[in-house]
Amino acid sequence: MRTKKSMLVLLVLAVALSLSVVMVQAQDMQVIKIASQSPLSGPQSILGISIRNSVELAIEQLQGPLNDLGYSVEFVPFDDQATPDVGVSNAQNIVNDAAILAVVGHLNSGVALPSSEVYNDNDLVMLSPANTNVNITDRGYATVNRVCGRDDTQGAAGAAFAATIEGVETVYVLHDTTAYGQGVAEFFMAEAEAQGLSVLGFEGTEEAANFDGIIQPVLALEPDLIYFGGIYSQTGIFISQARAAGYEGFFMGPDGFDSSEFADLSGDAGVGTYYTSVAAPVTVYETAAQFATDYEEKFGEGVQPFGAQSFDAAAIVLQSIAAAIEANGGAMPTRAQVAEAVRATEGFEGLTGAITFDDNGDPELANYFILQVGSADSAEWNNNALLSTQSIASPLMAAAMSS
Amino acid sequence: MTTETLSTRPTTGILDSLRENPTVKRIQSNWIYRYIVFPIGQMLFFIVAAALVMTVIAYAVSIVVPEPRPNINLAAQITKQLPGMIVSGVGIGFVYAMIALGYTLVYGVLKFINFAHSEIFMVGAVVGFEITDRLAASGTIASWNPLILVPFVVISSMLVSGGLAVLIERVAYRPLRGAPRLVPLITAIGLSFFLIDGVRALVAVTRNDFNLTYPTQELDFLKNPIPLTFNGPVVGGTNIGGVTYEQITADGVVLDEWQVESATYSSITVGGVTLGGVPVKANDISSGETGYDMILVEGRDLDEIEDGANIVNIRITVIIIVLSAVIMLVLLNYFVNGTKIGKGIRAVSQDQATAGLMGINVNRMVAITFFLGGAFGGAAGALFGLNVGTVTPYVGFIPGLKAFTAAVLGGIGNITGALLGGLTLGMVEAFLNGTLVYFPALGQRYTDIFAFSVLILILIFRPSGLLGERVDEKV
Amino acid sequence: MTTSRAAVSEAGARSGFWGRFLSPTSAAVFLIVYLAVVIGLLLSLDRASLWFSIQSTIVFPAFILSPLLIHSAPIPRTWKAVLIGLVMLIAMPIIGISDSSYLELAIQVCIFAGLALGLNIVVGFAGLLDLGYIAFFAVGAYVWGMFTSTAPTIFNELGILIPPDSQAVAFIIFIGIGILAAACIGILLGLPVLRLRGDYLAIVTLGFGEVIRIIARNGDSPTNFTNGSQGLLNVGRPLVSADMVSRIDELSNTLNIRVVGNLQPLTQQILFYFIAILMLGIILVVANRLQNSVIGRAWTAIREDEVAAIAMGVPLVRMKLMAFALGAAFAGAIGVLYGAKQTFVSPESFTLLNSISILAMVIVGGLGSIKGVLLGAMIVTLLQLQVLKNFSLQLNALKNIDYVILGFHIRDWPTQLEPAKYERFVFGILLVLMMLFRPAGLLPESRRRLELMQTNDLPDEPPSDIPGTPSGPANPAAAGD
Repeated sequence: MRTKKSMLVLLVLAVALSLSVVMVQAQDMQVIKIASQSPLSGPQSILGISIRNSVELAIEQLQGPLNDLGYSVEFVPFDDQATPDVGVSNAQNIVNDAAILAVVGHLNSGVALPSSEVYNDNDLVMLSPANTNVNITDRGYATVNRVCGRDDTQGAAGAAFAATIEGVETVYVLHDTTAYGQGVAEFFMAEAEAQGLSVLGFEGTEEAANFDGIIQPVLALEPDLIYFGGIYSQTGIFISQARAAGYEGFFMGPDGFDSSEFADLSGDAGVGTYYTSVAAPVTVYETAAQFATDYEEKFGEGVQPFGAQSFDAAAIVLQSIAAAIEANGGAMPTRAQVAEAVRATEGFEGLTGAITFDDNGDPELANYFILQVGSADSAEWNNNALLSTQSIASPLMAAAMSS
Repeated sequence: MTTETLSTRPTTGILDSLRENPTVKRIQSNWIYRYIVFPIGQMLFFIVAAALVMTVIAYAVSIVVPEPRPNINLAAQITKQLPGMIVSGVGIGFVYAMIALGYTLVYGVLKFINFAHSEIFMVGAVVGFEITDRLAASGTIASWNPLILVPFVVISSMLVSGGLAVLIERVAYRPLRGAPRLVPLITAIGLSFFLIDGVRALVAVTRNDFNLTYPTQELDFLKNPIPLTFNGPVVGGTNIGGVTYEQITADGVVLDEWQVESATYSSITVGGVTLGGVPVKANDISSGETGYDMILVEGRDLDEIEDGANIVNIRITVIIIVLSAVIMLVLLNYFVNGTKIGKGIRAVSQDQATAGLMGINVNRMVAITFFLGGAFGGAAGALFGLNVGTVTPYVGFIPGLKAFTAAVLGGIGNITGALLGGLTLGMVEAFLNGTLVYFPALGQRYTDIFAFSVLILILIFRPSGLLGERVDEKV
Repeated sequence: MTTSRAAVSEAGARSGFWGRFLSPTSAAVFLIVYLAVVIGLLLSLDRASLWFSIQSTIVFPAFILSPLLIHSAPIPRTWKAVLIGLVMLIAMPIIGISDSSYLELAIQVCIFAGLALGLNIVVGFAGLLDLGYIAFFAVGAYVWGMFTSTAPTIFNELGILIPPDSQAVAFIIFIGIGILAAACIGILLGLPVLRLRGDYLAIVTLGFGEVIRIIARNGDSPTNFTNGSQGLLNVGRPLVSADMVSRIDELSNTLNIRVVGNLQPLTQQILFYFIAILMLGIILVVANRLQNSVIGRAWTAIREDEVAAIAMGVPLVRMKLMAFALGAAFAGAIGVLYGAKQTFVSPESFTLLNSISILAMVIVGGLGSIKGVLLGAMIVTLLQLQVLKNFSLQLNALKNIDYVILGFHIRDWPTQLEPAKYERFVFGILLVLMMLFRPAGLLPESRRRLELMQTNDLPDEPPSDIPGTPSGPANPAAAGD
């Protein structure tokens, strides 16, 4: 019995091994691969999948110039499971594939920070669509860039606006204890205090469904505005429960609120909520509207936060690779050359505005839009009122301008 | 009467002399007392006791630290929040208790932790969503009487979750009886992963989304909370459609005039001032635009309402949770202690081998136990879904973990213990969430640490939980 | 159910696969051919090939499992030592030079194998179910991280960071500190839970693990110790010298291997690989010694019957604390290595899920069996980090070229059902199946194997002729036959 079984195992192994040697295929075009890393499984996958899909869409739509140069572009999505170990392990896998010239990712700063060490060690360029953590670019790596804004500026932009809302004198700040939510909430709080608002509380919670207990002190403190640094899947539920429990003031949040699903989750309670966004509202930019339509058509679901940024990131990568190929006389560029070309991107007109990278890889001028939810109907999300647009220079840029 | 493991009575000891009294004995042997009065009284007692203990502790802390933060009087804040904290503690406490029952029942008969139970709870929540969503899609949901709709949803979830639990037992646990104790633990963990992503695949394919929002949120019956005012009379459910409201600052300047389009919503009267809390769709009289206002107060500004008025909006769903839980627990008590099958389950929980020799169908008893546990998990899931409004395939993990903690806290394997553990944990959490905010160095993020510390403390002094008995076992 | 096999467990293993080799020489020849084929294939794999993902998924596990295969072969000990040394100290680094992702996998396997061996002391040897084991790992990582990270922690502000040039020496010292810190916390946890058993212990350790994670996550205020959810970045590491880099360069040139990435990080990885192998080796020796020592037997006694153990004069308190402390110490040491290797320490690496996956390694391999736990760690780590991932990548590669199987376009596969999204799903099914068919683990401990066989003869389960009782309980030990 046992003997037969192990014979079988050996046989299978032998067949598999021989197969593995035989099956080597020839390719006509030179292949360039672009990888994405984001959580595709687990609770955060709804955002991660949006990143992945947007990159795929961009590659599909925008690889024409590269094809003309004689290169085909393949897309390799990786699942980092929102876990640093998995992200780093994937990163090692990515850097060993010589055909991969760029990475778009990650969703979580906690994964992006260690993984980008691996990319940077190997000159592989990373474009982050979603990591707003200041440390991503403040390390000054030549290979790490982002197309999204920074926590420090976004939080501050929100607070500056909050101070102008009629009747808001006290705020209560909540966050989801992630690097993203807490980061943006801390910067909101700092700026709110600087603006003369009184901060009644600063709380973090990992709770995702039942906010009853968390709401009680909020009701007792009666803040005029609640700022929640987090993603809509958590904050939408919070807002609906807070309203039902009798909270009567305003809500505000970062770009993690920017999803039509927010309207579904929060219902009537979410109407009137303010949020900052780094992606241009589609009503203002036609290209963004086109992107939203294409996305929905291809994937059958609405685009989520960071989708537009991911599309832009992939578009910049494709454009930069083409530029690097041309600079290299039509030959396959090295990773360092691609990284250089990405950093040299100037005035790229993307869905999220014009992007020019500073020396740290931050967009020199990041646009922050302040919007207000207008309807509980998710189909109406794109008609949310645009209340204010702010262009804020990255810290490096600001320092350069002031000196 | 009490059994060693699946007992529904705490072993008091102090009341032993009273038990010998013939009158007391006669009352005790009456079925109304045994199956209705006693269990309900017990629940009431647990609720009151847990609330009382936490209140006393909270005020004791406020005496030690009267002003943890500048301008914050802890005692005053506690007074303000007390009703809200108790209600939220009871609400979540019953959910924990119902999930904990699933852990405890299975532990009672098989002596192992069914770690996949949190996913059975999740399946219940998702099934509840599916049913309500189909009803909403067919447009009939509004025509359902809530008194039929809610039980229908809950019972459907119970059936599906119970069936799933039986299936899991049959496929994944029964072949492993007699294997080392940790083996079914790993199987259960594997099953959890399987169920989470299996459900996710299902909803992803059918709905392209995994944030599942209960359409019942839009039903007036479930949506509108019952406002409770302390220090003042309550007027609820006034139709304010067509009334003109003004938003006025404290100085008496009229900022804006709003014509309320239509909305039945609850208004509250405090000291002669009527105020509304729910945002109302309204037309701006001056510009004619439709918009929403957050603070709609007739002729007065919110700031003028005197402090000390406690307004608690008790959501209907919390009341539904408590009512359903009470009914189900009474039924469970009757089933376990009053029926032949219940007796069989208790026998199996005491000694599987002997019970088998006595002609009890062990496998059937185990299957029934799994069904019961699964059904309670499913009911908890549907009720939880109705209460929080949105569920995902990942929703099971945290309540499952907390409920498991509650089961251990009360003494795993003990039905009354699960109830007590759930209520205690819910109450502890609610009070911690409500008060930790005022301590700048701590905050709500430390709620779980304190909750676990309470657990560890209790286990140090009572190593088998509050009501558990010592069980010798090895890994 | 022969008693002969139960009595001689070693022979049990030999009667299987290795039974067909008549002499040590033929077994050795087989091993050498096997290794030559696997290593040859591994070096010849081409990433540009369409089937690369699936190829490497087959070949690399075959390679990484070879030390265990060699160890179980009926050949003299010295041959085993030479072959295993050859595989781990020479073949692996060379494969790593050709593709450093294998190096990463090997390091991760070492890290998790070390952790699993540590947990095995607590759960396998002493029988104390610990669901918060990852906390000790976190302690080690944070101890090293706090004193070397450039994050704005209190240590940074006070200027008591270890300067980069002395980090190599400090690393060795900190492994000791990591061991001490984790062991102390292990004892701290152990003290209050001494009276608890089984599931009560499980929930308390689980809570403890969460408490450590929450403290790490919120340890940025009022005083910044851990930098909270932002994590500690730029954690120090023992750096490789330029000399080492150039030597790796020479080596790759001599062997004619093309290095895809940069040389400096590759050399760094190789250094970490050797550190990890060294630490795993030490842990293996210690664990082996412990198992057969007085302490190990005392643990077994406690595990089997606490009351009887006390009656026999086993110092219960001391032994239980020792199990917690030693198990924790392993994790603490590896934590330091992990912190240095990742250069980033954040609370996300230390969740309950990680504790569970380490426990899964121990149980899948075989509770209490050192070899089994090693195997379990290899299998679970490779499953999570390589096999399932490569499966997704393979499908993606087929999708990219619009591959057609039996008239079905892979491209038409709905995105909602992409395999990358269901890695945990597959992992879950594998766990269930593995437990159903090998409930005692893949390589059960010999003592436990004896126990399992005995229980079948005892009237533990009710006889099957009574209605409703399980008809013929599954025989766990026979399930693998």
